Amino acid sequence: MTHTPKPDCAGRRLTKIRDILDRHGRRASRLVPILQAVQEEYRYLPREVLTEVAAALEVSPARVFGVATFYSHFAIEPKGKHLVKLCDGTACHVKDSIPILEAIRRRLGLKAGQRTTSDRLFTVETVACLGACGLAPVVVVDDQVHGQMTPESAVQLIEDVLAREVAP
Amino acid sequence: MNQNVTTRSLNVDGREVPINGERNLLEVIRKAGIDLPTFCYHSDLSVYGACRLCLVEIEGRGIQGACSTPAEPGMKVRTQTAEIREIRQIAIELLLANHNQQCPTCPKNTACQLQDVARKLGIRKVRFKPLHEPEPLDETSVSLVRDPGKCVLCGDCVRFCAEIQGIGAIDFAFRGHDAAVLPAFGLGLGEGECVNCGQCAAVCPTGALSPRPEVDAVWQALHDPAKTVVAQVAPAVRVALGEIFGLPPGTVSSSQLVTALRRLGVAKVYDTAFSADLTVVEEAHEFLQRKASGQRLPQFTSCCPAWVKFAEQYFPDLLPNLSSCKSPQQMLGALCKAILPAELGIPRRDLVVVSIMPCTAKKFEAKRPEFARDGLPDVDHVLTTQELGRMIEEAGLRFADLEPGSFDLPLGFKTGAGIIFGNSGGVSEAVLRCAVEKLTGQSLANPDFYQVRGEAGVRFADLSVHDTRLRLAVVHGLKNARILAEKVRRGEHALDLIEVMACPGGCVGGAGQPVSRGAAARQSRARGLYDADKHLELHKSQENPFVTGCYQRHLGEVGGHEAHQLLHTRYENRRSPAPSEPPAHGTL
Ligand code: SF4
Ligand code: SF4
Ligand code: FES
Repeated sequence: MTHTPKPDCAGRRLTKIRDILDRHGRRASRLVPILQAVQEEYRYLPREVLTEVAAALEVSPARVFGVATFYSHFAIEPKGKHLVKLCDGTACHVKDSIPILEAIRRRLGLKAGQRTTSDRLFTVETVACLGACGLAPVVVVDDQVHGQMTPESAVQLIEDVLAREVAP
Repeated sequence: MNQNVTTRSLNVDGREVPINGERNLLEVIRKAGIDLPTFCYHSDLSVYGACRLCLVEIEGRGIQGACSTPAEPGMKVRTQTAEIREIRQIAIELLLANHNQQCPTCPKNTACQLQDVARKLGIRKVRFKPLHEPEPLDETSVSLVRDPGKCVLCGDCVRFCAEIQGIGAIDFAFRGHDAAVLPAFGLGLGEGECVNCGQCAAVCPTGALSPRPEVDAVWQALHDPAKTVVAQVAPAVRVALGEIFGLPPGTVSSSQLVTALRRLGVAKVYDTAFSADLTVVEEAHEFLQRKASGQRLPQFTSCCPAWVKFAEQYFPDLLPNLSSCKSPQQMLGALCKAILPAELGIPRRDLVVVSIMPCTAKKFEAKRPEFARDGLPDVDHVLTTQELGRMIEEAGLRFADLEPGSFDLPLGFKTGAGIIFGNSGGVSEAVLRCAVEKLTGQSLANPDFYQVRGEAGVRFADLSVHDTRLRLAVVHGLKNARILAEKVRRGEHALDLIEVMACPGGCVGGAGQPVSRGAAARQSRARGLYDADKHLELHKSQENPFVTGCYQRHLGEVGGHEAHQLLHTRYENRRSPAPSEPPAHGTL
């Protein structure tokens, strides 16, 4: 598993981080709300920021990384421009959501453990039940819900987004 | 319940077993002579309770994990039932399903607890399919190899690194199906805060973490007719190597060890205890200078490379307090490369120095760039005690039957002071044997300083020598070192000399030693070193005639210019960039 976020936020607005840390009294017990605030600020958890948080809270960077990767809400890579969510709740799972996921990931050339394409155009996530079980299996592209998907129709959704990207 | 004496016991498989303050039911059961299988229990660490192998049936309560259940008087415990057996078998099968089962080629082969339990439980086939793709090895560290495909997620390494070493270089990451033990940000072990002590590998029940082998490179040098291979052997190796060949821990096997190395093709066998004597002379001189000027005190020892990297990472402000002396390994390496080419009439590039060490951090130390000249390292290869054992086995030598041999002179002659370096407290004692004589100007009748010996992770000694007061601290385990160094930094603890060893009990408990569980083996090894000191003729480094000779022929004055060139070093600030304040990592 390699997770190597690009250091695009390096050094940028580290003062923001200090504000967040100060707001939480720099207490290690506040790690989760601190990470939540960092994610709101940057939309993901850049490595440099996590290193900074670890140092300030006197917690090892490996522990901070462990907590950051425990909660699926947190992202350790920047998100892509388009967000593709695939429901893997029970209903969708029994209706074969996994082959759909695999088809999408294959189309986008995502390697194991990678959620965002290297051109940052797409991020693909699985989520537990979206509450649309009647439509299972469900794929959400940029907040638009698509029901009764097949691997082919899901890949077509991706093609549609790509087509819009080239000809805006 | 009535409080008479009989209630202070519990019943294990029909036999009464007294309870004497054991931390949990598992320890009571072990005391009763029953070895319950465990993966995630380690008596020095916190209880995790994840592997579910230590299951027992407690009357009225059903099946429970013994490691996480307090022992209570009157309990009726069964360790063997059909149900427990079935659960254990399933647990092992599940572990094996996701375990890269390459036992014959695994470095932990025959010392692996998973293998051991599977054998004992008679597992013959695995009914479950693997869930994971094979994952690549992490070979970024020069000291250790991480094989994620063999990790059973017991967390022993995570807890050792955080609880005993106070580092937390590795931790659990992700969860569920993706859960893994990883260095921060999924980087390699060699790319972060790991100080290479190897204790995570020493507690790992499988081959997921293991010392990085250099056996092939050493065989290659031995088989190359153009090369002359010389070896140095650290003190702690001689009291542990025999364990691989069935000798009890603590047996001093220097004489077979020397013969074995010669038979493998080593031209000269030297003793790291010789350069430990040299270290003592230089370090005591440095210490007394600091003491006289009152500057850069306390002086920290610098012979443990795991501690040195730790200090470089977390206490860069205290680096001027580290003794500038190289470690005994690097002193001997530097001397060999400086003296031997001329003496043996060979080009420097054809001289290969191999160290036999109890230690994985020594592999890292040998590769530090400052310990090389013209691209040639002072120490070419570092073998652990385990690796030397394997080479002896590979060569088919019957260790116990080897005729006795003795170390080559002059770099193989040592005093007892050099020998006890392998024990926590040994460096302090050796330095005291030298410094006290220097302070009094009189010969020390009894060289033993029992004040600095012992098992505790932090020990203090306070001595008055004429009108000089010497306040010493001896610590092992880097978390203990961190706590003490923080006090020193805040000026809360006035001390003169602080000895730090990363490993439990010092180098006798190093991660390159034969695999052992619990403290008994390393305690026997420590006794072995103190006995060896007793049996030697000389006990003070300053009386080593070959050390004196070495100064006369090569080094000039103690602490002088030549000595500094060859025997001293400098340190590097490794603090990670731009933290807002000194990083001092505790655990959550
Ligand atoms: S070698 Fe030591 S410092 Fe490195 S991960 Fe293992 S226990 Fe931690
Ligand atoms: S205590 Fe000894 S064996 Fe352990 S890391 Fe330090 S030098 Fe190596
Ligand atoms: S040893 Fe008790 S659960 Fe692992």
